[in-house]
Amino acid sequence: MPRSAQRSLASLVSDDRAGLLERWLELQQDAGFRSDLISAEDLRRDSSAFLDALAAALGSDGNVDIRAEAYEPVRGYLADLSRGRALAGFTPSETATFVMSLKEPLFHRASTLSKDDADQLRETTWQLTLLIDALAMFSTDAYLRTREEVIARQAQELLELSTPVVKLWEGVVAVPLIGTLDSARTQVVMESLLERIVATGSSLAIIDITGVPTVDTLVAQHLLKTVAAARLMGADCIISGIRPQIAQTIVHLGVELGDVVTKASLADAVRIALERTGYQVVRTSGA
Amino acid sequence: MDRIPILHLGDLLLVTIQVDMDDQLALQLEDDLGEAIVDHQAHGVLIDISAVELVDSFIGRMLGSIAAMARVLDAQTVVVGMQPAVAITLVDLGLSLPNVQTALDVDAGVRLLGGLWSRDRTTGG
Repeated sequence: MPRSAQRSLASLVSDDRAGLLERWLELQQDAGFRSDLISAEDLRRDSSAFLDALAAALGSDGNVDIRAEAYEPVRGYLADLSRGRALAGFTPSETATFVMSLKEPLFHRASTLSKDDADQLRETTWQLTLLIDALAMFSTDAYLRTREEVIARQAQELLELSTPVVKLWEGVVAVPLIGTLDSARTQVVMESLLERIVATGSSLAIIDITGVPTVDTLVAQHLLKTVAAARLMGADCIISGIRPQIAQTIVHLGVELGDVVTKASLADAVRIALERTGYQVVRTSGA
Repeated sequence: MDRIPILHLGDLLLVTIQVDMDDQLALQLEDDLGEAIVDHQAHGVLIDISAVELVDSFIGRMLGSIAAMARVLDAQTVVVGMQPAVAITLVDLGLSLPNVQTALDVDAGVRLLGGLWSRDRTTGG
């Protein structure tokens, strides 16, 4: 890139910085300003700081490769900003618009500065396009990375939250399953159930599937694996909370539940569990 | 060569496996147990595997065949104290040992055998 083009890129941003900022802010407002998520002062402060960082990066070597050392502050600032916007609830396009809307004012200034030199204008425009596109993509990447972190964390929390093993009675534990069962969750459920069986010395375990929306062959297989493992340790399992539709599905799929005890409701399962452990439930007063 | 000791308690035999089983040890145990059931006229065998942390498919099958052999010699076998990790491994290997009785610990195992005997006596006369 010719020396003059580099200089002009730097001067595009730094000369008349105030005018550029005003025009940019105006465009951001037009593109759909989220006044519910960010105040006008915050937007002005963000935009101003970004322009400063960009001007410094362009001024130091005039290169438009944003992976270069000089762009470190710009990347850092943009990553933080995109991250903040992802967490605040901006959409990806709203986040990308922050950088993209800088194109128009910069192009406009480029054409004013070199209106007599078509070659230089073309060169400057091209370099600006490269720069802004790269920054916009970087911003979107940072946005997505943040969102993915949030999703991964939520999935992990869901995994841990959704599998509590509760001690129901002396020698009886229950695990209320909620949500779809996949291999990873079955593994967690199985491990925590078996560990609780050992810890509490329970000889009966109730697996309640009221909160499981669908049962397919894979889910049934996972359930049967859990039952088989518990049996190997010396604990019997009762599967409860089987809704009529699920019972139909199980029959239609031809799933063989073998000699696993199944009950329609958790109440029935509790009654059977108490009977097996030698308790009797007696109502003391008429109601 | 190492052997797994077989303890004789009344009319039941108690086998506590304290070491990781290898194939030779398992085969030796099957032989010894057969002899011991006949010698002591035992009607129950308790195999405590609470100290076992590693199993393979051979050991899993061996537990099944020991139980089957004992049944032929008129003795009930109860495997007690299986660790969660061992249970998961056996199920993953496809060995859910449908013909082996299980219990949480030795105490529960003894009670289970007691229940089986009293049922035998009432029904068998």
